[in-house]
Amino acid sequence: MAGLATSSAEMDLDRPNIEEYLTVESIQELPEKLNLRDLLDISPTLREAAGAIVDDSFTRCFKSNPSEPWNWNVYLFPLWCLGVVFRYGILFPFRVIILAAGCIVFFAAFSLVHFLLGEHNKWKREIERKLVVMICSVFVASWTAVIKYHGPRPSMRPQQVFVANHTSMIDFIILEQMTAFAVIMQKHPGWVGFIQENIGETLGCIWFNRTEAKDREIVARKLREHIQGVDNNNPLLIFPEGTCVNNHYTVMFKKGAFELGCAVCPVAIKYNKIFVDAFWNSKKQSFTMHLVQLMTSWAVVCDVWYLEPQYIRPGETPIEFAERVQDMISVRAGLKKVPWDGYLKYFRPSPKLIERKQRIFAESVLQRLEEK
Amino acid sequence: MGNASSMLTQYDIEEVQEHCHYLFSQQEIVALYNRFCQLDRSAKGFISSEEFLSIPEFSLNPLSQRLLKMVDGLNFKEFVAFLSAFSPLATVPQKIELIFKVYDVDGKGRVTFKDLMEVLGDLTGSFMSEEQREKVLSRVLEEAGYSRDSPLLLEDFMKVLCKPGMTMEVEVPVD
Repeated sequence: MAGLATSSAEMDLDRPNIEEYLTVESIQELPEKLNLRDLLDISPTLREAAGAIVDDSFTRCFKSNPSEPWNWNVYLFPLWCLGVVFRYGILFPFRVIILAAGCIVFFAAFSLVHFLLGEHNKWKREIERKLVVMICSVFVASWTAVIKYHGPRPSMRPQQVFVANHTSMIDFIILEQMTAFAVIMQKHPGWVGFIQENIGETLGCIWFNRTEAKDREIVARKLREHIQGVDNNNPLLIFPEGTCVNNHYTVMFKKGAFELGCAVCPVAIKYNKIFVDAFWNSKKQSFTMHLVQLMTSWAVVCDVWYLEPQYIRPGETPIEFAERVQDMISVRAGLKKVPWDGYLKYFRPSPKLIERKQRIFAESVLQRLEEK
Repeated sequence: MGNASSMLTQYDIEEVQEHCHYLFSQQEIVALYNRFCQLDRSAKGFISSEEFLSIPEFSLNPLSQRLLKMVDGLNFKEFVAFLSAFSPLATVPQKIELIFKVYDVDGKGRVTFKDLMEVLGDLTGSFMSEEQREKVLSRVLEEAGYSRDSPLLLEDFMKVLCKPGMTMEVEVPVD
């Protein structure tokens, strides 16, 4: 893992009310007369530190809970073995074949259309997008995904963005197989990056690099350009958490998607863990391994809810708007809300948050000092 | 105990339990082991400073740097021993001993005025000047009958801090 960099000031702008969320219990009430004991007693601060070491609400969001082994007795174990044989020996090759066939057809057709039809051919975009939707359906079939969509299908209107909670890159594929969204995503290395570069153009996707400091401004600009673009009527899909979370919690929604002045359509996705844990722990698995894991499971079962489009209310800040939408999605998908910024996976928290505690403590010590 | 990613055996659990003076139950030790493995991402057998600092709540603690000197590179047995002072079963003297060690971070057995200044500096940051801290520490030390020139020992800490109902406990979440 690359070393954690100290966050730039930009990160502070996104933080809603983390100061209130952090306990200020360690700032104990100092009695009237300042004693040696009061200054020596650092037990509340130590307790907080130990509490964080033992369990903390941020790391919990990224923990993939291993499921209980149910195959431990004499009857179930052979059944489970049979299941393994079936899954790896029959289902998996079958799915790989489907996927391979689909990819060949897709790349052939896509290259044909891309190179043969002229740049400004109206149909080119349409066909390419239909092809993308098709390949996503192929992917979805290759995991035997059972997806229940609730709510009205997204319509191709301008001036709207879609936001969804993020569990894995397959979120995008699951949503894409119904609608040709443009998406804004982290640029990945390897074959994923290759696909991002070449196919992304047709969909109008936006790639960013979260480790680049100035990247946020560029991305904000690109977002605005997309919304205001007239020719691109395919809606933009944004994952405001900025990182994959384990589908039990939602982390803070970044305000970027909520200050564009257009309608925000929330989409909630919840995976059924009985069949497979769809959380992609990018620190533990490469995307290829993640796909293999999905393809060797029985099925991917999930629910997708398209919720009512939301507009920013008068007097509401983008951060409050983001929180409101986060609440909607969390309630709909049965996830617990946590106010931590997902980027804390990659960056350290701003030292300003420590300063608040220090200031309170210092002020109370100084106050007692004056009183003597 | 070797590699952190290996499973804990009953023998290991008992060894760790003995080392921490039976302040944690066996279930708590298993839970702590899961936590240890979760934090030790590269399965080295110890948790590095970087990995501790990736816990936002820890990184935001004013004493995090001082504590890192104590916890960086601990193997699981020592990790549990460190946390044992926070068990509800720990006695007040055991807790005071940990507080003393946090002050006496280089293990000299004495807490000098400089150590006191450093900890107060961590807790107050830039909101108190060096002089103000010196002044307040000298004053409270004198009033308690100590001099700033002679370092404090563990017995002094015991005398000053021992009060019933000092709670410094964390709860280990047991699934």
